[in-house]
Amino acid sequence: MRCKTTRLCLLLVSLPLAAAAPTVPAPVPDSEVFSREQIGHALAAPTPQAGHTAASPANAPPDDGQWTMPAKNYASTRFSSLKEITPQNVAQLTPLLSFSLAVNKGQEAAPIVADNTMYVVTAYPNFVYALDLTKPGAPLKWRFAPKPVPASQGIACCDVVNRGGTVDHGKYIFNTLDGQTIALDVKTGLPLWRTRLGNINVGETITMAPLVAQGHVYVGNSGGELGVRGWLAALDEETGKLLWRAYSTGPDRDVLIGPQFKPFYPADRGTDLGVSSWPPQAWQIGGGTVWGWVTYDAELNNVIYGVANPGPWNQEQRPGDNKWTAGIFARDPASGAARWYYQFSPHDEHDYDGVNEQLLLDMPFGGQMRKVLVHIDRNGYVYVIDRHTGQVLSADPFGPVNSSKGVDLQSGRLIVNEDKTTHVGRITHDICPTASGAKDWNPSSFSPDTGLIYIPHENICMDWQNMEVNYIAGTPYVGAEVHMKPGPGGNRGQLTAWDPVNRRPAWIVKENFPIWSATAATAGGLVFYGTMDGWFKAVDAGSGKLLWKYKMDSGVIGQPVSYRGPDGHQYIAVLSGVGGWSGAVVSGPVDPRDGSAALGFVNVMSDLPKYSTAGGTLYVFSLPH
Amino acid sequence: MFSPSRIEILACTEILACAVLLTGCQRAASDLPPPVQPKQAAAVITSALVPGMAHGASSSDPRADAVYDNAQAVAEGKRLFNQYNCSGCHSNGGGGMGPALMDDEWIYGARLEQIHNTLVQGRPNGMPAWGGKIPDPQLWELAAYVRSMSLPETIDAANGPTPSQAPAPVPRKVAQDSGWSPPPGTTNNFTDVIKGPGQ
Repeated sequence: MRCKTTRLCLLLVSLPLAAAAPTVPAPVPDSEVFSREQIGHALAAPTPQAGHTAASPANAPPDDGQWTMPAKNYASTRFSSLKEITPQNVAQLTPLLSFSLAVNKGQEAAPIVADNTMYVVTAYPNFVYALDLTKPGAPLKWRFAPKPVPASQGIACCDVVNRGGTVDHGKYIFNTLDGQTIALDVKTGLPLWRTRLGNINVGETITMAPLVAQGHVYVGNSGGELGVRGWLAALDEETGKLLWRAYSTGPDRDVLIGPQFKPFYPADRGTDLGVSSWPPQAWQIGGGTVWGWVTYDAELNNVIYGVANPGPWNQEQRPGDNKWTAGIFARDPASGAARWYYQFSPHDEHDYDGVNEQLLLDMPFGGQMRKVLVHIDRNGYVYVIDRHTGQVLSADPFGPVNSSKGVDLQSGRLIVNEDKTTHVGRITHDICPTASGAKDWNPSSFSPDTGLIYIPHENICMDWQNMEVNYIAGTPYVGAEVHMKPGPGGNRGQLTAWDPVNRRPAWIVKENFPIWSATAATAGGLVFYGTMDGWFKAVDAGSGKLLWKYKMDSGVIGQPVSYRGPDGHQYIAVLSGVGGWSGAVVSGPVDPRDGSAALGFVNVMSDLPKYSTAGGTLYVFSLPH
Repeated sequence: MFSPSRIEILACTEILACAVLLTGCQRAASDLPPPVQPKQAAAVITSALVPGMAHGASSSDPRADAVYDNAQAVAEGKRLFNQYNCSGCHSNGGGGMGPALMDDEWIYGARLEQIHNTLVQGRPNGMPAWGGKIPDPQLWELAAYVRSMSLPETIDAANGPTPSQAPAPVPRKVAQDSGWSPPPGTTNNFTDVIKGPGQ
């Protein structure tokens, strides 16, 4: 259906909605969002001649052909130096094996490869499979069932996903939905230790992939939509004993803010800002969970991670900057003491969690090589941040943005667009990006060969209305009704190859559905990703040209990996299984006639059941040999 | 005519801790020698295959009677549904963290007594138990609104992508409908024809 104006179109679409099959709303007009030129800022003009962008060997050691942690390395490049599969031969890539995970929920985990064994953790009930890659068909070595409490399913905001485990020192370490961290003996599949960190009775779950570094296991909680108070915990890798826990809100002693804390911007300096930037007591139920990507900067000895949105979503119930939510911390791994912090979205009004990945790179900026991290935020900006200090060097939009008008690089503060502020009793229309962001949790990759970051993301906007909400422990604490809609152009997904030095996309691939899978880049010159309608694709890393695709049993929202098999050949592995927040309309018990279902995502995904059914399968691909 | 077991169940439903008592009844029964058919019984014992309800075609609880055909009850139920954060999981009937309520799938039964049981007792996959936490008359109003969400009258009254805003009263005849539930472990909507892009 073509419509002359959005308003007319909405009217036409909405009238028959409840009675007939729901329709995806019309896209937000192009004129509703700002251009990159209007709101992108940098402290200096691009100086690409000053050096070559790459990850340092400390953070991205020479590739051993394994894939032992979801992000591949601490630099989080998700780059494989294997080059057997190339743009010239990728058309011959074929499935070598598939393995049913026996769980038809969103599969967001990365298959892990270590010592010729592949490890996979599923969505709830969090089965772990170990497969022997040395034998034909990769037979099962062992399966472990952690048996998380079933009630944890009912407090998981956005499907019952798990983002993967990691192998280190003979252990496979992963988290369960009901709040446990478990270390399995890779030989036997038996637990060496299990530590309960989360309390489901207050709405805490754990969905993130733990990070293991220097004998520590770092784990954060989920539950920002249930009034949970966020934290990052450090466990001893050998015993599972809790070493320290840093809360995201509250007094400095809980946030582990002390003499070491040197935030770059004055707005983050002061005593107990995690209390005073909230209404009385609101910090206790204020969100700021840590459900995304934690990494370790081996060069500067910092643990770095993003903090999620403040709660409730109804911003009128929590005036103030709501520290330390929607920002990024660098901490001393030994004590947890905070070293610096930067807030992407002070007093977030739109559910812009700051939990996305950080790529640790050395990059030319202002005429010299700088140690930076690149963070691609839900609020729609690619941030290039000095890893020493937390100073923002540049912030540029990579998706549709009108909720803000750029980042003031003097104060570091996001310039909020008052037109897109949210209210009780009044709908704010066409807010871009949507609540799940211009990009959600699913991580990017980086190729040192091209210097490009391959960002899998969304092009979705939303209508939002606040509602008064009461805090009842263990129930949602949201206070907003959201209806999502496609962003300008109508393609709900996009793969953007971002040039961080020149601050612009090198190329863009448009997808009908939001891209909810990670990307993986290879030295062969390819980028792999999956789509929610079930295609697993390889594109040329230099041009974005589609070179190969394979139809999976279900949509793909997982993390592809590339590894060297025992036979010396290159393999590509990924999980299928649509779901997650965006795919709840297929994997969840959801009725597509209610656009507000699944926190408003159903409104823009009601057609997904036509394109994909629920599933859950491990696929491994190789060239014929 | 009432069978003894039927009377027992009715007595149980008078009390909020019904499940506990039922368990007690069953446990006591299993300790006894094989049952002897009472002389006065004309028929074999009929089991109740649908959980949470007796074998009769209909059952009636006086508290349920009060919220049938009661527009005010469903309107009040709708207000409470938001106030107690039910909408946080079940949205406006479409679900999210919790299952959709506007479809015709009723895992634990579609009668008001059954819905009330679910509210009171909670359910194992994350539905909290509200018995003793929310006043019982409000739980009946909530049950009425929940049942109203899937009524054609309610769905027809919606005029946008936010249904269940004009809930219809629950007619007494729905007590005849014990509900339909999907096979365990499945996730998709089985009740509608979905036309795919290939058609």
